[in-house]
Amino acid sequence: MKYLDEFRDAGAARYWAEAIKRTVTRPWTVMEVCGGQTHAIVKHGLDQLLPDEVTLVHGPGCPVCVTPVELIDHAIAISLQPETILCSFGDMMRVPGSERDLLSAKAEGGDVRLVYSPMDALDLAKAHPDREVVFFAVGFETTAPANAMAVYQARQQEVRNFSLLVSHVRVPPAIESILSSPQNQVQGFLLAGHVCTIMGWEEYEPLIEKYRIPLVVTGFEPVDILQGVCMCVEQLEQGRAEVANQYTRAVNREGNRHAQELIQQVFEITPRLWRGMGTITESGLGLTPAFRDFDAAQRFPVEKGPTRNSPDCISGDILLGLKKPHECPSFGTSCTPDQPLGAPMVSSEGACAAYYRYRNNGKVYDLKH
Amino acid sequence: MTSNTKSGKDTIEGLQCPIPLQDYPRVLLAHGGGGRLMRQLIEKMFLAAFDNPTLKLMNDAAVLKMDSSSLAMTTDSYVVQPLFFPGGDIGSLAVFGTVNDLAMCGAEPLYLSAGFILEEGLPMETLWRVVQSMRTAAQRTGVQIVAGDTKVIDTGTGDGLYINTTGVGTVKSGINIGPAQVRQGDVVLVNGDIGRHGIAIMAVREGLEFETTLESDCAPLAEVVKELVDSGVELHCLRDLTRGGLAAGLIEIAHSAGVHIHISEKYISVQEDVRGACEILGLDPLYVANEGRFVVILPEKDSDKAKAIIEKHFPAFPARIIGKVEKEAQPVVTLENFLGSRRVLDLPSGEQLPRIC
Repeated sequence: MKYLDEFRDAGAARYWAEAIKRTVTRPWTVMEVCGGQTHAIVKHGLDQLLPDEVTLVHGPGCPVCVTPVELIDHAIAISLQPETILCSFGDMMRVPGSERDLLSAKAEGGDVRLVYSPMDALDLAKAHPDREVVFFAVGFETTAPANAMAVYQARQQEVRNFSLLVSHVRVPPAIESILSSPQNQVQGFLLAGHVCTIMGWEEYEPLIEKYRIPLVVTGFEPVDILQGVCMCVEQLEQGRAEVANQYTRAVNREGNRHAQELIQQVFEITPRLWRGMGTITESGLGLTPAFRDFDAAQRFPVEKGPTRNSPDCISGDILLGLKKPHECPSFGTSCTPDQPLGAPMVSSEGACAAYYRYRNNGKVYDLKH
Repeated sequence: MTSNTKSGKDTIEGLQCPIPLQDYPRVLLAHGGGGRLMRQLIEKMFLAAFDNPTLKLMNDAAVLKMDSSSLAMTTDSYVVQPLFFPGGDIGSLAVFGTVNDLAMCGAEPLYLSAGFILEEGLPMETLWRVVQSMRTAAQRTGVQIVAGDTKVIDTGTGDGLYINTTGVGTVKSGINIGPAQVRQGDVVLVNGDIGRHGIAIMAVREGLEFETTLESDCAPLAEVVKELVDSGVELHCLRDLTRGGLAAGLIEIAHSAGVHIHISEKYISVQEDVRGACEILGLDPLYVANEGRFVVILPEKDSDKAKAIIEKHFPAFPARIIGKVEKEAQPVVTLENFLGSRRVLDLPSGEQLPRIC
């Protein structure tokens, strides 16, 4: 924890906030990709430290938020089958499906277990050979290696009653989708530090060439984020477009090759449907043919009924950074963490949840109090 | 029972289990059936452990003599898993938790009832350990367990053992402690670090391993409250911090009292390993459960005196003023972070759920 404290130092945070003020001469819009960064910004009031010229918009980097309702419904259907145990990270439990969420499925008798690691789910499968254990594998590239390892070991150890319901997503195609939208206003990105810890940043370099925008690999602590914004604004002011690395204590250009090899062995790139954003080509990971026996979607096919997304939820606009949570008419009225219309209101990385939780129903609490 | 039993497991910390373990090593449905086995369990285990004249009368209800002061009454059910955890167990929790609730009204806790819901098959030794822990906790806090109930439910329909305790105590005339007394300018005191109980339980329950063993902060608060009351400091509101942590406790007070409570992050103690665990799991220590922590809201003029009393009872951590009741009438709790910016503390929907990455 001592290691983290220096990145929560008030003096260092003010230093970078001042540096941004000195650097900026005109308006810029910067998107932080990761929901963890969004929460840090809102929780610590970092946006309040920035000059008026710099606008931060919140990106699609909340894996829970972008998981389509179809897959939540599928997970719920699996959990309600008598012989199955559905394992999930805590984040997914309250995300609304068409009819109910996983917590409600649990209350209705579904065997839903909250786990901290896919390896816990694998252990559960070994402990219950008479049950089918399904792990809801959600996440960006950050969680892909651990999920890949669980399947890899399941195959090695011949644990046949284990499978993954895969909803993995990739960051670069999502950024490209935002940049290629005619409505796009984002001029620079803070890349998700933990995704780059695994993947490095080589795969972002083509985006620089194609779209001429600065990309800054950024960490999650207040000082990291302010420094990342400063590095991005410097490039914008100077007309440069490069991948820069703020998060040097965790990330290098190559990333973690061992983790990447494991991902490539177990997963292949697929198109993926994103909640509120539609299908994005090459934006997902699915199991390779060698591991397809472990695909829960095939092992437990469910009849696809009509799905229901709330018509009042503007999560697509939120995830694309086109609107801020408090600009949604339902925010804090018909949509609250107790009665969410969409995932961004309940996920711990969701932008709506951050605004609701830290900002008194979206209004910035009088900071100059 | 003597020490030459077959199992050899019936002696716990020098105390002997009076139920022949070799005959009934596990709780049977008959132990709650109203017959001989139930009577044996009550007489040999509960009566022996909670020994007091009122309970010994074995009436349908305990008849208690009270003086003319006001009566405080509270009830709580305990369903914690695991039953035993570093720093405590369900038995000590069931006594301290209810005693603490009484203390928060300025009451002197006197009597408890204990209702046991036992799952068929529960090792008798487990029940014995829990009952002994309750006995020790009751002795420590000066309360008598004067009424009880036992039910046994089928295997697989419970979690081993649930306990409900109801507590009564007396409140001296002139003492009026509660949210309605909170005034602008009052300060908020806390008796130590926060979040340790919740993380200790989670670590055992979920098999999380840390370099150190975290111990629950489970502790009785009646003694410290009694000394605070007797010292004459003007206590406006007391609240023990349980589920929902410091944040939920303060939010409840702010809403009941209709006041704005403002606290500062830098004065709130969170032990290093609790912070680390919260960091890894994506939890906010402000919302993590405690079982031996409470807040005192009182006028600033009395805060030094109160601090000194609290520190005498909880010497491991300095009692700290973490915030103040501000003039604004809007019922809200705000937190000033290390950058000096403020955020609102909001109640979570339910439990905090660990996040993905």
